[in-house]
Amino acid sequence: MRYLPLTPDDRTAMLAAVGASSIDDLFADVPAAARLDGPIKGLPVHASELAVERHMAALARQNRAAGEGPFFLGAGAYRHHVPASVDHLIQRGEFLTAYTPYQPEIAQGTLQMLFEFQSQVARLFGTDVANASMYDGSTACWEAIVMARRITKRAKALLSTGLHPHYRSVARTMAKYTGDVLVDGDPSFEAGTDWAGLADSLDKDTSCVVVQYPDILGRIDDMTKLAEACQAAGALLITVVTEPVALGLIKSPGEMGADIVVGEGQAIGVGLQFGGPYVGLFACKSKYVRQMPGRLCGETVDAKGKRGFVLTLSTREQHIRREKATSNICTNAGLCALAFSIHMTLLGEAGLRQLAAINHGRAQAAAAELAKVPGVSVMNDSFFNEFTLRLPADARATVHKLAEKGVLGGVSLGRLYPENDGLANGLVVAVTETVTEDDIAAFAAALKEVLA
Amino acid sequence: MTALNRAGWRPEMNAAGGADDNVTFTGNRALMLEEPLIFEIGSTETTGVDFDESSPAADLGSLMRSEPIGLPGLSESETVRHYTRLSRQNYAIDLGLFPLGSCTMKHNPRLNEKVARMPGFADVHPLQPQETVQGALAVINELAVWLIKLTGMYGVAMSPKAGAHGELCGILCIKAALEARGEDRRVLLVPESAHGTNPATAAFAGFTVEDIPATPEGRVDLEALKARLGPDVAGVMITNPNTCGLFERDMKAISDAVHAAGGYVYCDGANFNAIVGRVRPGDLGIDAMHINLHKTFSTPHGGGGPGSGPVVLSEALAPYGPLPFVARYADGGFKLIEEENAGEEHPATFGRMTAFHGQMGMFTRALTYILSHGADGLKQVAEDAVLNANYVLRSLEDVLDAPFAASGPCMHEALFSDKGLAEGFSTLDIAKGLIDEGYHPMTVYFPLVVHGAMLVEPTETESKAVLDQFIGALRSIALRGKNGDPALKSAPHFAPRARLDETLAARKPVLAWEG
Repeated sequence: MRYLPLTPDDRTAMLAAVGASSIDDLFADVPAAARLDGPIKGLPVHASELAVERHMAALARQNRAAGEGPFFLGAGAYRHHVPASVDHLIQRGEFLTAYTPYQPEIAQGTLQMLFEFQSQVARLFGTDVANASMYDGSTACWEAIVMARRITKRAKALLSTGLHPHYRSVARTMAKYTGDVLVDGDPSFEAGTDWAGLADSLDKDTSCVVVQYPDILGRIDDMTKLAEACQAAGALLITVVTEPVALGLIKSPGEMGADIVVGEGQAIGVGLQFGGPYVGLFACKSKYVRQMPGRLCGETVDAKGKRGFVLTLSTREQHIRREKATSNICTNAGLCALAFSIHMTLLGEAGLRQLAAINHGRAQAAAAELAKVPGVSVMNDSFFNEFTLRLPADARATVHKLAEKGVLGGVSLGRLYPENDGLANGLVVAVTETVTEDDIAAFAAALKEVLA
Repeated sequence: MTALNRAGWRPEMNAAGGADDNVTFTGNRALMLEEPLIFEIGSTETTGVDFDESSPAADLGSLMRSEPIGLPGLSESETVRHYTRLSRQNYAIDLGLFPLGSCTMKHNPRLNEKVARMPGFADVHPLQPQETVQGALAVINELAVWLIKLTGMYGVAMSPKAGAHGELCGILCIKAALEARGEDRRVLLVPESAHGTNPATAAFAGFTVEDIPATPEGRVDLEALKARLGPDVAGVMITNPNTCGLFERDMKAISDAVHAAGGYVYCDGANFNAIVGRVRPGDLGIDAMHINLHKTFSTPHGGGGPGSGPVVLSEALAPYGPLPFVARYADGGFKLIEEENAGEEHPATFGRMTAFHGQMGMFTRALTYILSHGADGLKQVAEDAVLNANYVLRSLEDVLDAPFAASGPCMHEALFSDKGLAEGFSTLDIAKGLIDEGYHPMTVYFPLVVHGAMLVEPTETESKAVLDQFIGALRSIALRGKNGDPALKSAPHFAPRARLDETLAARKPVLAWEG
């Protein structure tokens, strides 16, 4: 009970002060039938700090951590080196244990950080404004589709076949209930996406086109023409970025004409964490800002004229507009946004460009090495730090065999598209700066063995 | 572009009316330090990271970035100083009582942080082969077992990423269950005391929202609710304990009535910390309830998140829960139910609501907290939370209006109103006065059913001595408000900033650095 400071004497004195004879008096409104006497059966009693740590450490040891050997997984979550100072700073209690900045006079630390985060994200994506973060990339992607419907008053969304299949699943789930019509499909095992086909599918009912950049197979393409086609058709172009490090090297979605850009910020500062918490990035052209979901931080002045920051444009939010709110979101991912922002500040523009170039160079080297394995070919024409291998065997089985040899060798397309046999031999491989030359050699050797 | 703004920013430069009294050159006041934006002190050529190698030449043709991005960089030492200085402009639970009602800020044990950072949890990819993540799946399963037993429910959906996301999950389960019955019920009843997320969630899932009034005692009007039930009503969204800090005594009767009319009961479990170990919501007939792990089981909220909102489900709704989830093999191993095997194992699922498995980093923290308390400690948590709240209520009801003080004990939070303050003085003035006393204010102007509401939630991790000092401070400010002390109107006087102009921020939004 080390977290509970009341002593038995305190409790006695406080019960007397409130006029109760026992604690049960304070639960008098709970019907007798619903009251529990004594601790719930079948659950253990409290444990010491040492015992709890020992138990959790034993569970942690049952996982293979990425750092324990060659590691090549991506497909929406990326392993990058996070400088030690990032985790040190987010663990400062004044950041870690603060709540949503409802009282700006004593929350300027969080608010200024959010303003800086918004500014960084907007610049990275090449857009005017960004919000103060969302849950993750997949939910941000769905919110962007809903936002496009609000803006265009149309309900048909065209999803590129290169969109992450889990992001597509989230959109499908929600669309069943909200009346949106989604047009989507699996990617084909081709070097490029059918951009012209996507542009030709635009019609007067289309609210938006959703594309991923780089896409689920690692491909990158110029979307300028698609953006022009969207504009001509009165639809919005939504671009999804799951690997923001790429934008240190390649053109931003905003520069290519995207109206809304959403992304997963996990790659910068946050870490893998078995899927969460992550940080959703959400940015758009300034004319759409009042239709944007989530929290926004704005600059203002205080009563003495000093610059300060506040949460603003809250008339879009659920606590004011209730059922007419732009979304039901109440929280954001403030701490993960802080980690993203600190890491981005450490990198700066020069560091981000260098990191991106190293990722790209390392990935090119890996692709060249892996393509030497008999029967293996690289499918992509273009890629940043992730590419798709075509194997001479089912990639799902190959992944497990590689794991037995101590190599986590990528994500099989069979796991991502279980019902599409045509993609079963595909393996998505991500290569970041954390991958060494030895890792690449070990992967190539293991792949050769398991495919032999 | 190199320097973004190396000119050096001074806080009084933006002052409309010139310098402040006792102004310093830097704007700093001893340990209270002013901090410019990174855009004002950084440069695009500075980086605080050293790389193993120089960047290789890349050629991606016309896709290569050519224009500057405009991202400032700082050296590592400058970065540490920038964020450390910013952190000092924040109030936090580590500094003192954070009595936000309905938000629940309690002590965050550092063991939770240590555990969450073990490489076996922190450095694991969501799509690793399942045989390499058995420990992570075991954590999800172990936490799920605790949540099911503590709530007396049938199943739990672990993937929702926040409380409001959990609401959406529960409501989609209801919708899927109705669809499976072939019924098209369009109306969700939401009492006016509910969180604002409740009606927003219902609307987001395609329902029509209808309000149910509260009784003068601050509880759901059972008769009004019964009268509205019918074949078009999908169910009710209710918060228990409710946002007036009261237990809904008629909860079982409400559930029975809703079930009899063919609907389902959603309970907003944000306030589960008031009853954990003392009441099982499953015994009250609830079909779905989200649990804010960051509130009841203490995971850090980091200036607005992350949260985590698992949803416990009744037997009627559990078949519809979202993918992915963890199941246990007969041999004790764990498997993940995803799209791949859902057809055989979980065919009625409504689908996936987030890319991966939910907030794993929050699960490790919450499980660590739960194991530290045990079943006995969690019961004590609810008792101490309720005792502390009642202590605050009874110690202040003579100086602050407490609209429901006569309707019995409160649960984990005490509700006051602005009634009785001097003309022109409001809840906001009381809140800002508390800042000068060194406290974060309580939740203000919520719930909406009470004019000028002040909702105080002390939680179980505060000592009697801390509460006594807080009560003294709030008593003093309440008396100043009743007496019309003009100094209170301009509070706070000692915070890093005076009252901020929120109207200006909304009228002329500046949402990104434009230099």
